[in-house]
Amino acid sequence: MTATVTLAERAWQALSGVRDPELDQPITDLGFVVAAAVRDGEVSVRLRLPTYFCAPNFAYLMVADAYDALLALPEFDRVEVRLTDHFAAEEINAGVAAEAGFAGAFADQATGELEELRRTFRSKAHLACLERTCRRLIEDGWQVDALADTTLGQLPESAERDSLLRRRAEMGLPTGAEAPLFVDDDGAPVPAGRLPERLRFARAVRVSIDGNAGLCRGLLRTRYGVTEQEGVS
Amino acid sequence: MYTKDGENYYIVDSHVHFWDGSPANQANRYGKGFTECFYDYHRNLSPEEWVWSLEKFGKYSEETLVEDLFEVGYVDKAIFQPTYLTDFYVNGFNTTEQDGAVAERHPGKFIVNGAWDPRDGEEGLGQLEALAERWNLRGVKLYTAEWKGSSKGWKLTDDWSYRYLEKCEELGVRNIHVHKGPTIYPLNRDAFDVADVDDVATAFPGLNFIIEHVGLPRLEDFCWIATQEPNVYGGLAVAMPFIHSRPRYFAQIIGELLYWLDENRLTFASDYAIWHPKWLVEQFVDFQIPEDMQSEYGVLTPDIKRKILGLNAAKLYDIDVPPSVAVADAPVESGEAVGSAPVVPA
Repeated sequence: MTATVTLAERAWQALSGVRDPELDQPITDLGFVVAAAVRDGEVSVRLRLPTYFCAPNFAYLMVADAYDALLALPEFDRVEVRLTDHFAAEEINAGVAAEAGFAGAFADQATGELEELRRTFRSKAHLACLERTCRRLIEDGWQVDALADTTLGQLPESAERDSLLRRRAEMGLPTGAEAPLFVDDDGAPVPAGRLPERLRFARAVRVSIDGNAGLCRGLLRTRYGVTEQEGVS
Repeated sequence: MYTKDGENYYIVDSHVHFWDGSPANQANRYGKGFTECFYDYHRNLSPEEWVWSLEKFGKYSEETLVEDLFEVGYVDKAIFQPTYLTDFYVNGFNTTEQDGAVAERHPGKFIVNGAWDPRDGEEGLGQLEALAERWNLRGVKLYTAEWKGSSKGWKLTDDWSYRYLEKCEELGVRNIHVHKGPTIYPLNRDAFDVADVDDVATAFPGLNFIIEHVGLPRLEDFCWIATQEPNVYGGLAVAMPFIHSRPRYFAQIIGELLYWLDENRLTFASDYAIWHPKWLVEQFVDFQIPEDMQSEYGVLTPDIKRKILGLNAAKLYDIDVPPSVAVADAPVESGEAVGSAPVVPA
């Protein structure tokens, strides 16, 4: 039985790399993964969400990403990911299982795939991380004026820095020590004159994402009576 | 009217419902899911002593509504915002007619708002005209995530939507309340995107666009648009109850809103019966931005609270308020201008 437990742990580990694109947190932390069961080379995962009407495009991305993450593991021959208690669960589950793509799952409704959506939310996640990093610096006594000339190499080690570097890598932005800290979505440095405004907007993004994550955790707890794992700052 | 520490507050609850979400009225699993979803919001964010049973929440009486709002909840004027959902509920969830019948039995208490749907085309324009005349409409509530047969949502920038907005202008229906729900169509876009509000707010400067739930879960997009469009307002339904369960987050929401908009474009709402106005009003009047956030967000004065709780909505709807609660119409300092340097702690 030890081997089975290990396989389930492997599956869980793979799933912890899947994030809610909107909340920018692992679906395992959020309580969205109910169980990962392993049997005879097959892994079967059940997902749940905070409400029956959670936006179906985000739901689709999480089911598809979970499916892909498990399929990438050589340990499993077959993968099943099933979203439950959601109004569009049937279409999403069938679409992901058939690898039909998002447009295939919602032939009548969708007008394309979800790459643009994913990009929008990666960019928001990056901006929120940038704000957390800058906030930390300012709390440590840095001046806002100095941020425009700051490079990644000058950042002290911190969880915020690691998180920022991960987001930059995801977006294909430079992560080297010489790269400027404060860049826009395309990697261009934000000039000193525009930086305060951009930082101010980044704060609104961070407040929004943190707030949504808190609400979603709360609703999930209410819906399923589970205990909350507090992880939101 | 609510009085605390010698300060009077005139209360306009800008978003209330009289709905029937009971099993008998649910047309399908979507109706059941919708009621349960609302109920989870209710019990997740209400103080424990204010949580109803699912049965009562599904369908409450007219007596309960009137008592909760006006006798217990300090509300002076309540604005009915209909939510039809006729694809989910046999008789609709909450229609203008249902609201209007209650309002007529309690003169002076309610303002009745209507609704329209651009997918109703030419025929719907005629219906809007009749609705406006019958209920003397000053506002409408639009729900862009409403299903209609094979269509699963719409946008304010749809061609027919412009026709309806023109009709509103013509009829003097000035207040356009927009509720962004998880629109199904088109699925590959962000469902809560408020970009279409930007376009219509520019195209119709004579109309006021009150974005319900202050754009949540896209607070930042809402703020960005509202900064640029003076006729865009924020309705605080759904944001208010965080005051109880997550007060620091509530402080951040209010702080962001006051920074990007100003104190004249925010309106209080309970979203009754999801939340009860009594505890929302009491807690809001007692609320202050936590000390460690005040360097970023400033403080809430009684005048700011008075405007948010009633005076701002009273202006939108030409409601007469007693002189004892009026705030002098001095030019408002809207906080630091957008783009100025953030406050750096010394």
